[in-house]
Amino acid sequence: MQRRTLLISATTAFGARLAGARRANAANPFKVGFVYVGPIGDLGWTYQHDQGRLAMQKELGEAVSTQYVENVGEGPDAERVIRQLVSGGNQLIYTTSFGYMNPTERVAKASPAVEFEQATGYKTLPNMAEYNSRFYEGRAVCGAIAGHMSKGVVGYVASFPIPEVVMGINAFTLAARKVNPNFQTKVIWVNTWFDPGRESDAAKSLIDQGADILAQHTDSPAVIQTAEARGVFGFGQSSDMSRFGEKATLTSIVDNWAPYYIDRTKLAITGKWKTDSVWWGIKEGMVQLAPWGPSVTEEARAAAEDSKNRIAAGTLLPFAGPIKDQKGAVKVADGKAMSDDELLKMNWYVEGVQA
Amino acid sequence: MTGDILVALLATVVTSATPLLFAALGELIAERAGVLNLGLEGMMLAGAVAGFITMGETGSDTLAICAAALAGAALALLFGVLTLTLVANQVATGLALTIFGTGLSSLAGVNFTGRTVPALPALRLPLLSGIPVLGPLLFRYDALVYLSVVAAAAIAWFLKRTRAGMILRAVGESDISAHSIGHRVIRIRYLAVLFGGAMAGLGGCYLSLASTPLWVEQMTAGRGWIALALVVFAGWRPWRVLAGAYLFGGVTVLQLYSQGSGFVAVPTQVLAMFPYLATILVLTLISSGSARSRLSAPACLGKPFLAPG
Repeated sequence: MQRRTLLISATTAFGARLAGARRANAANPFKVGFVYVGPIGDLGWTYQHDQGRLAMQKELGEAVSTQYVENVGEGPDAERVIRQLVSGGNQLIYTTSFGYMNPTERVAKASPAVEFEQATGYKTLPNMAEYNSRFYEGRAVCGAIAGHMSKGVVGYVASFPIPEVVMGINAFTLAARKVNPNFQTKVIWVNTWFDPGRESDAAKSLIDQGADILAQHTDSPAVIQTAEARGVFGFGQSSDMSRFGEKATLTSIVDNWAPYYIDRTKLAITGKWKTDSVWWGIKEGMVQLAPWGPSVTEEARAAAEDSKNRIAAGTLLPFAGPIKDQKGAVKVADGKAMSDDELLKMNWYVEGVQA
Repeated sequence: MTGDILVALLATVVTSATPLLFAALGELIAERAGVLNLGLEGMMLAGAVAGFITMGETGSDTLAICAAALAGAALALLFGVLTLTLVANQVATGLALTIFGTGLSSLAGVNFTGRTVPALPALRLPLLSGIPVLGPLLFRYDALVYLSVVAAAAIAWFLKRTRAGMILRAVGESDISAHSIGHRVIRIRYLAVLFGGAMAGLGGCYLSLASTPLWVEQMTAGRGWIALALVVFAGWRPWRVLAGAYLFGGVTVLQLYSQGSGFVAVPTQVLAMFPYLATILVLTLISSGSARSRLSAPACLGKPFLAPG
């Protein structure tokens, strides 16, 4: 049994080399697999990855056939699912969560003829690439709006204290404090990515304690909905959440994976795929901002547009010095900016964060 | 000012306790009849999605609440057929029911993700809600909140003071004896399981209609399991279930508040653990001695019953 599988994969690999490129056509489409960490119906992280898959499928038409597995736990189960996708004939596999990094690496080593794309991790191989999104750029734009529209206290419903989330809180606060030097961000950790009830409880606590705008780094639309019900403003996360709070939503940070999926899948079909490690942001269109909500003031809109354009042009760096930490000690000197490496290890809060 | 905060705090506690209270009370009845149904989470999700769909389609909260109870009871009926009629293992069937309910609710809700419905309106009880402090504190919630508290009282009364309640307990304590004096064990257990399912459905729909009026897959996020634990820690007593649900809700909300107020220098992971610890601790203490709590478990809990002869 095992030998037979081995033989088949060896033949496939040999055949592929022989053909030079694995050209796809309608009769024999190029197969692409996706592994999702949550349900597609989460309206957040996994939903957006699936939107990317659908956009890619639409763009490339009959040349590709895609397949996905949702709700895959970030443990031993992931490796089994990835192996199944390999044996199902998928030639390119996207694994869309940090916890899939090690399982993907193990399968990639065993299946050199298949190409792997792993989201938000940091390990690459000749047949395994990494991709990530500069979500914090979107947070900085939201911060500019909040600085103009808040009286000074904003609530932030956060998931887990990992660098990505800390980076978002800091980028948001830094941008807001450029407008209002007394700006405060109150953070509540809910220790979950997805629990609408608890996210909503946290949102209510923040409003009761004086927050007039809510930001979130969790996946459900509960925070925006609570903001709408209580008559305060909020920022959506992952997908455009304005339908859950028409008046409340100022904008949403939208993860747009489509350009990357289209680009990389095309390269794989033509045989030009090479391993890489990319971190795309507003400039490349991976981070998008949903249309400004009707409540956004003229002043805040101008500031947001300006911030978005300058980040895209590279003239505004969200983490440019001087940056002080919570205790007031200078962490980044004037004229310097934090490197990508430093950002990915961020474990301290900037001045103005209450966490 | 502090009064306002207190009112807001209590309102949040109530919304976080009510779904647990419904589900745990229903499970309590099933367990007192000797049936262990681990499918709470699945039945809650079925109730949540059925309530939400009905609300979205008809706009009637009464119909939505009825649909949620029916959906929970329908899954419970399936559980009953498998475990009571076909005598399948209750633990395995209950776990399967959770998985089934999760999948079924996701499937049923596919076209409803992303839609919103108006939240259940608060009932402003005429005179009472006008009382200065007490009014907003106690008398301005939606109908389901009052229903859950009334249900706790009614169940306590039912189990202790009525003949039917005593028969139900007898079936849970010694099915053979109850059978031999002529009670229909299987029928009584069916009714208890169906009631448990309906209550779990109500708990689920509180989430999708009142607490966060939206439908997202798996939105119960483990509350079924917490409700299940509450029943055990409450020693199968309705008033303690009520106290436990409010205690759990209260400590959960307090830890969120204390983070927001910023004077707690404790890692948030410890704070997140705190509601569970506090609930276990208090309920262990009030059940006065671990032995008594063990003794108060219905003797036939989880055991299949086959009528002799």
